[in-house]
Amino acid sequence: MDNVIQLQKKLVDYKTSLFNEGILDDQFTQLQQLQDESNPDFVVEVVSLFFKDSERLFDELTKTLDQQNIDFNRLDAHVHQLKGSSSSIGAQRVQRVCILFRNYCEGRNIEECLKCLQQLKREYYFVKNKLETLFKLEKQIMEAGGTIPVQ
Amino acid sequence: MESCNCIEPQWPADELLMKYQYISDFFIALAYFSIPLELIYFVKKSAVFPYRWVLVQFGAFIVLCGATHLINLWTFSMHSRTVAIVMTTSKVLTAVVSCATALMLVHIIPDLLSVKTRELFLKNKAAELDREMGLIRTQEETGRHVRMLTHEIRSTLDRHTILKTTLVELGRTLALEECALWMPTRTGLELQLSYTLRQQNPVGYTVPIQLPVISQVFTSNHAVKISPNCPVARLRPLAGKYMPGEVVAVRVPLLHLSNFQINDWPELSTKRYALMVLMLPSDSARQWHVHELELVEVVADQVAVALSHAAILEESMRARDLLLDQNIALDHARREAETAIRARNDFLAVMNHEMRTPMHAIIALSSLLQETELTPEQRLMVETILKSSNLLATLINDVLDLSRLEDGSLQLQLGTFNLHAVFKEVLNLIKPIASVKKLLVALNLAPDLPEYAVGDEKRLMQTLLNVVGNAVKFTKEGNISITAFVAKSESLRDSRAPEFFPVPSDKHFYLRVQVKDSGSGISPQDIPKSFTKFAQNQSIATRNSNGSGLGLAICKRFVNLMEGHIWIESEGLGKGCTAIFIVKLGIPESLNESKLSFMPKMSGPQTNFTGLKVLVMDDNGVSRSVTKGLLVHLGCDVMTVGSSEECLRVVSQEHKVVFMDVGLPSIDGYDLAIHLHQKFTRRHERPLIVALTGNTDKVTKENCMRVGMDGVILKPVSLEKMRSVLLDLLEHRVLFEAI
Repeated sequence: MDNVIQLQKKLVDYKTSLFNEGILDDQFTQLQQLQDESNPDFVVEVVSLFFKDSERLFDELTKTLDQQNIDFNRLDAHVHQLKGSSSSIGAQRVQRVCILFRNYCEGRNIEECLKCLQQLKREYYFVKNKLETLFKLEKQIMEAGGTIPVQ
Repeated sequence: MESCNCIEPQWPADELLMKYQYISDFFIALAYFSIPLELIYFVKKSAVFPYRWVLVQFGAFIVLCGATHLINLWTFSMHSRTVAIVMTTSKVLTAVVSCATALMLVHIIPDLLSVKTRELFLKNKAAELDREMGLIRTQEETGRHVRMLTHEIRSTLDRHTILKTTLVELGRTLALEECALWMPTRTGLELQLSYTLRQQNPVGYTVPIQLPVISQVFTSNHAVKISPNCPVARLRPLAGKYMPGEVVAVRVPLLHLSNFQINDWPELSTKRYALMVLMLPSDSARQWHVHELELVEVVADQVAVALSHAAILEESMRARDLLLDQNIALDHARREAETAIRARNDFLAVMNHEMRTPMHAIIALSSLLQETELTPEQRLMVETILKSSNLLATLINDVLDLSRLEDGSLQLQLGTFNLHAVFKEVLNLIKPIASVKKLLVALNLAPDLPEYAVGDEKRLMQTLLNVVGNAVKFTKEGNISITAFVAKSESLRDSRAPEFFPVPSDKHFYLRVQVKDSGSGISPQDIPKSFTKFAQNQSIATRNSNGSGLGLAICKRFVNLMEGHIWIESEGLGKGCTAIFIVKLGIPESLNESKLSFMPKMSGPQTNFTGLKVLVMDDNGVSRSVTKGLLVHLGCDVMTVGSSEECLRVVSQEHKVVFMDVGLPSIDGYDLAIHLHQKFTRRHERPLIVALTGNTDKVTKENCMRVGMDGVILKPVSLEKMRSVLLDLLEHRVLFEAI
């Protein structure tokens, strides 16, 4: 049982650090609250959906920015989608870059848009990594027979 | 030959006499014949002669007389019987005619005489008419002169021009030798020679105003003849050898602005007069005629009017200049004041933050320090630090509050609250301090005092606390009683608050609170000062008290904001003091509303949402699943769709609520709302439509309202928010907005 307790402490610390660094925000906590016996894998499902959606959107964004005449409206629409998704799960840093991206879209600044896309991808992979680690930890706890501590 | 009947008289001895008689008769006859001829000739010449018949008669008479005398010529010598007969006939005829004429003349001569008198009479009349015409002509001339003068005078608004013109024109019209105007000096005691006609620069002669001749002129509104020797008339050395010309003086009223009240035309209330002196040329033996005097009077009046116009104009120009200057000064002052206020506000805004931060640090750290291990001395020191810093913090807050209050930028935060609870809380706060001082505090709430009221709870509590705190502060022993009740109209009109006329209505009531203490009291003359900022009662008791004296000033401002009144009654030093305030509070709309805020929030997912069929429309997969998760957690039966077409296809009467994401152009949620309205015409069949949006701006809200949405929720939605939203929605069937 020491293992479980250790794992649980590790999980709590890890989650706290994610919040403190601003990677995740309150919305993620809300999501976790929605998870219960009738819906045990709610968070994982939503997050996986987010990953799929985001990667699709990145492809679209890259395609749009590659064109000769960039359709800024389309670009803006995609970024808006990404912003919506990231805010729904509480990926705060991703959301912030999306907001920045949208400003540059409005300003029709191709240079900055490209830079933003790069940054967006960076942030996205970063949060993806973190969330996957988080889920792994949770799975470990479940397998060890413990329960996920609620903050 | 027959016998000749002619008698041939021989020339008698008196042949000479006979000869002379003969000649005379001849001439007489001649005259007698020529006179009628002359008469006829001249009568023919003159058309008008009324007595033709008389003339004829007279002519006949003369002719016959002539004939008689002529025939007489033949009777000197021997003449025949025919001649005698002719002679006799003519004599008889002459006799007849002359008698007739004589008789007629008796009638006619009086007539003829009266014709003469009539003629005389008519001549007199004619002369008189001539004279009158002459007068009229003169008057006409005068009138013309007056009109011209008036025109000249009125054509300018410059005082000097008016006066000069007057004198010049008068001089010309009346052919005056000299014309002068004497104006009263500032002091009003003398008349100064201001304008003359002939002399270019009148030297400043002055004459005292009390001279009898001047008074005589001033008391009459006619032109008055004065002696040429009086001081006002002696302007030049006597030029002529004989009598100086007649002098006339007339008064010219000087009207002032103050004489004109709107409803009250000035009669002879004018006090100041100028004197106009007119001198006829000397040695001219001219006299002042009535019409000339009249002219002078009229002119004087006109001049008065023209002068007052000029004066009024001058005054109004001066007033306008003054006003302009004042305006500029005021504008400048206003701008300075605005700058000052802005500077002060900036200063306050900065100091607000700057002052509070260190205060927080001090207070927080001192209280932390208190929790640690300290020696008794150290503890005392820390407690003092804490107390002082608390005081300072309160003072800073008070000052900032007060300046915001004075600006008028403070607004009450109205809300429904529990009135009884406020009193109880104040009582609880004050009890410890009161018990330390061994004071009894009693609270009396009237039974008709409503439990809930609408108002600014925080500020009401602050006011109450301040007043009660003061009571406790200034009372060394005894008791404090707090009474609260609803003020009725009679008690509302308090003699101490004469300008306060509260009008109770259905939606409001007036709360009256009286805090009576048995403390040091205030002397009546100090009472008004208690509400002044920074004014403190300098009595011995206050040596122990602290506080800046701002408290009551702030309370007064709060009470005023609550449309009320606060005042203090005291019978004097040492006799205790009662602070009373009345504030206007609202009556909460329905008991339900007020009770709602006190109902404990329902916890647990099993509320009355179980089985509630809802439809979620969102094109973003992630947020769609999150929203679905939320609603599922609350127990709803959720269906999700990704587009408006799908939504319209799937929606049915069973769905109670439709949540739709109204983000940007990708989904036109507004259209969907309109379509939903069209699909479900009856209100109870239609599901409630709620928009989920990330935009807080007015446009989005307005658009939502325009298309007939029942609610707007701002993303991100927390569990609690969603729960309360659903509660509100289902209860009221409308929710406009939940942020």
